[in-house]
Amino acid sequence: MINFLIRRTVFMFVALWAVTLISFFIINLPEGDYVTAYIAQLQATGSMVDAEEADNLRIFYGLDQPLYIQYFKWMREMVLYQNLGFSFEYNMPVTEVISERLLLTMILAIACIIFIWAIAIPFGIISAVKQYSVWDYLFTFLGFVGLAIPDFMIALIAMYLFFVWFDFSPGGLFSPEYVGVPWSWGRGKDLIDHIWIPMVVLGTAGTASLMRITRANLLDELSKPYVITARAKGLSEWRLIMKYPVRLALNPAISLTAYILPYLISGSIIVGVVLSLPTVGPQLVKALVAQDMFLAGGIILLIGFMTVVGTFISDLLLLWVDPRIRLEAGGS
Amino acid sequence: MTLSSLGKIFSKKNLPVESSNDVNSIELATQRQLIWRRFKRHRLGFAASIVVVLFYVIVLFADFLSTAPPVDYAAARGYMPPQGIQLFKDGHFLSVCEVSGARNMESYLMEYEADCDNTQGISLFGKGYDYKLWGIIPTNRHILGMKDETVDPNAWIHLFGTDKQGRDVFSRSMHATRVSLTIGLVGVALSIIFGIFVGAISGYHGGMIDSILQRVIEIIRSIPTIPLYMGLSSAFPEDWTINQIYFMITVIISLFAWTDLARVIRGKFLAMKDEDFVTAARLNGAKTMRIVFIHMLPSFYSHIIAQASLSLPLMIVTETSLSFLGLGLRPPAVSYGVLLKDAQNVQSVANMPWLFLPAILVVLVILALNFMGDGIRDAADPYQEV
Amino acid sequence: MVTEKKNINKSRPLLEVRDLQTYFYTADGVVKAVDGVNLDVFPGKTLGIVGESGCGKSITTKSILRLIDNPGKILGGTMNLYDQSHDQSQDILKLNNQELKEVRGGRISMIFQEPMTSFSPIHTVGNQITEAIKLHLNHSKNEAIELAEDWLIRVGMSNPKQRLKQYAFELSGGQRQRAMIAMALCTNPDILIADEPTTALDVTTQAQTLDLLRELQEKNGMSIIMITHDLGVIAELADEVNVMYLGKVIESGTIHQVFKDPKHPYTHALLSSIPSLATGHRERLPILPGTIPHPQARPKGCPFNPRCKDFIEGTCDVEFPKQEKIEEGHLVNCHLYSK
Repeated sequence: MINFLIRRTVFMFVALWAVTLISFFIINLPEGDYVTAYIAQLQATGSMVDAEEADNLRIFYGLDQPLYIQYFKWMREMVLYQNLGFSFEYNMPVTEVISERLLLTMILAIACIIFIWAIAIPFGIISAVKQYSVWDYLFTFLGFVGLAIPDFMIALIAMYLFFVWFDFSPGGLFSPEYVGVPWSWGRGKDLIDHIWIPMVVLGTAGTASLMRITRANLLDELSKPYVITARAKGLSEWRLIMKYPVRLALNPAISLTAYILPYLISGSIIVGVVLSLPTVGPQLVKALVAQDMFLAGGIILLIGFMTVVGTFISDLLLLWVDPRIRLEAGGS
Repeated sequence: MTLSSLGKIFSKKNLPVESSNDVNSIELATQRQLIWRRFKRHRLGFAASIVVVLFYVIVLFADFLSTAPPVDYAAARGYMPPQGIQLFKDGHFLSVCEVSGARNMESYLMEYEADCDNTQGISLFGKGYDYKLWGIIPTNRHILGMKDETVDPNAWIHLFGTDKQGRDVFSRSMHATRVSLTIGLVGVALSIIFGIFVGAISGYHGGMIDSILQRVIEIIRSIPTIPLYMGLSSAFPEDWTINQIYFMITVIISLFAWTDLARVIRGKFLAMKDEDFVTAARLNGAKTMRIVFIHMLPSFYSHIIAQASLSLPLMIVTETSLSFLGLGLRPPAVSYGVLLKDAQNVQSVANMPWLFLPAILVVLVILALNFMGDGIRDAADPYQEV
Repeated sequence: MVTEKKNINKSRPLLEVRDLQTYFYTADGVVKAVDGVNLDVFPGKTLGIVGESGCGKSITTKSILRLIDNPGKILGGTMNLYDQSHDQSQDILKLNNQELKEVRGGRISMIFQEPMTSFSPIHTVGNQITEAIKLHLNHSKNEAIELAEDWLIRVGMSNPKQRLKQYAFELSGGQRQRAMIAMALCTNPDILIADEPTTALDVTTQAQTLDLLRELQEKNGMSIIMITHDLGVIAELADEVNVMYLGKVIESGTIHQVFKDPKHPYTHALLSSIPSLATGHRERLPILPGTIPHPQARPKGCPFNPRCKDFIEGTCDVEFPKQEKIEEGHLVNCHLYSK
C-alpha cells in the first residue's frame, strides 16, 4: 500500500515534469524569440524600440543563453515565485491573466464529472437491471450517439436549437452584470444558472461511455454467484443490487473518471470557444493566434497539471474503495 | 432504425448456435471467414460500413460529384438557398429552376426568387469545370452538368445552396469529405506504424524497456491532447503551402493517437510470446524480426484493424476540431472543420439553415465509422471484456 | 448462545415438493430443466440428490428458494414448507415477496459450490455474515457480530475476530467454505441446501467439510439437502437419496435401499461406475454408453431409453413410466417394474 502510494506519487511528479517540458517546448516553438514578438507588438501600436533596448530585454529574459538554461530559469521562476512569465497581449503576468479562467475551467470540469456520474450511473443501472427493456434500448442508443458525436458539434447543435426554439443564444457562464466582478453569493448563483448548458454539452460523451461501462459491468456482476448467495440470504432485490453489484460496478466508473478527465479538458477548450465561455479555452486560442507564447504555454502547463493531479486523486479514490487493489498494491 | 436491429447490439455476447448443417462449414472456415460471417451478422455495423463505403466513394470522386469548383466565389450569389432538381419538366429529364437575385438595400442581404416557369436542363455526366481525376486523367465530366454549356448567369446547380461568398456548399462538402477522410486514413496509417513499433518492442522484450515505454504511454494519455495539438499547429510558418500544413496536421494527430493501438498490440505480444508456435519458431532459429512480423503480427491483425477503425473517427474529429478553431487547415483549403466554421454563427445558421448541411455529413460519417468499428471489434474478438 | 436440538415430529416431512416444473425459455427453444420433480425432506435428515451434470439437480434446489433468473420460469407444482412450532404449512410458490424473504436464509439456507465467488469481493466476510443475522434475527449490530464470531468458532475457524474483518480472497479455500457454512447456519435454518459444497475443494478439505456438516447437523438438528454428482459424498452423509436424470427423479429411497439394491438401470449404471478397492478385481470399469442428450432434443418416453441396456421397444420410447413402489420408501420410474 505504502509502496503503491510512493510509486504513484513518483509517477505523478514525472508526469508533471513531462508537462513542463512539453509546455516549454511549445513556448519556444514559433520562429523568433519572445522579444522579437514583443517589439513587433510595440511597433504595431506605434512605439519604437531601439536595438539596445531590445538587447537589454533579451538579457533580462535570459534569451541570450542556451535553451536548457532558459528552461531552468523558467522552472525556477515557476517553482519559487509561481511566476509563469509575462503576457504582452494583456501586459500582465500570465498567472494574473488566467487565474479566474482556470478556476472556472476547474469548476466546469468538476460539474461535468458530477453530471456524468449523476446521469450515467442510474441510467446504466436501469439499463442493466431491466435488460432488453425499452429503457435499455433507448439509453443504449442515446449512449452510442452521444459517444460518437464530437462535443463541439453537440455545442453547435445546442446553440442552434436554443436559438431556433427559444430565440436566445446560450453562451458565457455569467449574466452581463456579473462579468468581471468579485465573487459574491449572487455571482455564485448566477454561475449555477449558466453552467448547466456547457456542463450537459461537455458531459454527453463521458456520460455515454460511463453508462455503457456501468451497464456492461453490472450485467457481468449480476450473474455472479455472490449475487445469488445474497439473494438466498433473503435480501430484497433493490437493496441487494445497490449493496453488491452496483457497488462493484462503481469501481470501473471511478477508474474511468481518471481516463476521461483529459478528454474532458480537451473538450472544454473547444466547447469553450463555441459557447464563448470565460474558461481558458478561448484564451488559449487567442494567445496561440497572437503568438503570446508565455500565456499559451502557461495555460497548457496549468491544464496539464490539473489533469495529472486529477488523475492522481481518482487513483487514490480507487485505492480507497476497492480492497482488491489495496491488497494487490500492498502485496507488490 | 428499428428496435430489433438495435437488439443485435446486445446479442453480441451470445451468438446464436449455428444450425447443424452449418457445423462443417464453421469448422472449415478460416479465421477471416469467421470474422466476416460474424461482422455480417452485426446488422448495425454492417449497415454503417455501407455508409462508410459511400463516403469513401465521395473521397475518390469528389471532383466528379461537384457541380462547381469549391473555391469559386461570386458575391452576387451569396447565401443562395438549395435548389431542388425537377424531374420531367419542359422536355428535360432533369432540370433546375432559374433563380434571380437582388440585394435588399435595407438588410444588404441577397434575396432570391426561383422562377420555375423557366427551367434549365441538366444532363447526367454533363460537362463542367476542368479537373484531373485522381490527379492524372484530365476531364471535365461531372455527375451533373448543364445541358446548355453556354454559361447562363441565372442557371446554377446549388444542391446545398451557397455560402456568404457564393461558393457552392455541396461541392465544398464533397471536397471537404475528401480532405478530412484522407487525413484520417493517413493518420491512422501513421499511428499503426508507431503503435506496432512501440507495442512490439514493449511486449516482445518486456522487462525494463516495457515498463519505461508503458510509463511514457501513461504520461501521454494523462495529458489533454487538444491543447498540445493546438500549440504545435499554431507554430506552422505563415508561408507554408496547404500540402505542407496538411501533412504536418496528419503527423501531429498521429503523434498522440498511437498509444491505444500500442497498448493493444503490447498486450497481445505479451500474451503470445510464450506460445508454443513462437517458441518453435525461435528454436528453429528464426530472427526476432521474422518472429515478430511473420509469426506473431498476422495472428492478431484483426485486432489491429478493429482498433484502427475505431481511431479513424477520432482522428477525423481531431482534424475537424483544429480546423474549426482556425489552428488546422486554413482557407482556401477545404475541410469539414473549415466548413463548420461557417456554421459557427448561430444567427446566420438560423436564417440560412443549409449552412448546417455539412455538419450533418460530419455526424453521419462519424457515427457510421464508430458503428462500423464497433462491429469489426465484436466480430474480431467476440469474447473480449467490454 | 447455544442452539437447542429441536423437539419435533420426525415422520412429517419438513418440505414436500410435488410435481415441480421449471422451464427455460431460450432463443433456441424451451428447456425443461426440472420436469415434475417430487422431494420429501424429513426433519434432521439428509436428502441426497445425485445425477450427472445437466440433470437439473441445481435448478431443482434453486427453484425451492425461487432463485430462478430469466429466461427460466417455475411453471407449476407445490412446495409445502411445514412449520413445526405453529403446526401449519405454506406453499413457497404462493408466498409474497415479504414472506419469501423470511424463508430465504431464515428457514432455508443455501451454500454453493464456489465459496470464492459466492462472497462479494469488496465486502468483508463479517459484513456478509452479520447481514444475514440482521435480516432474520432481531439482533443489534454488536449482538450480530458476537453471534458471527460464535459461529466462526463453531465451524472451526481460529481468530474469529480477525477473520470477520478479512475479505474472502484473503482466506484459504477450506476456510472460505467454513465461513460460507457459518453464514448459512447463523440464522438457525430448518433446512440447509448444499449445492455441490465439496466439488471445488481438495480431498482433505472435502472430508473435513463433510465431517463439519455432519457434526453441525447432530448439534442443531437441521435437515440437509445435499446435491452432488459424487456418490461417495452421498454414501457418507445422506439418509435418503433421489436419483435425477434429465429433469426427473427416476429413483428414490433410503440410502440403503438405493445403494444396495438399485432398481433403475441408470442408478445401476451409476453405481457400477465407482471403482472399488475392496474387490481387488482388475477389470475395466463399466462405462455408461452415450452422453446426456441435448436439452432441446429430449427422447420421447423414458428419457434414459437411448442409453438403457434394458430398453423395451414400443414401451420405453413411447411413454414415461409411472412411479412404482418397490417397498416402503423405495420408488422407481421404470417400465421394468410396471405391474
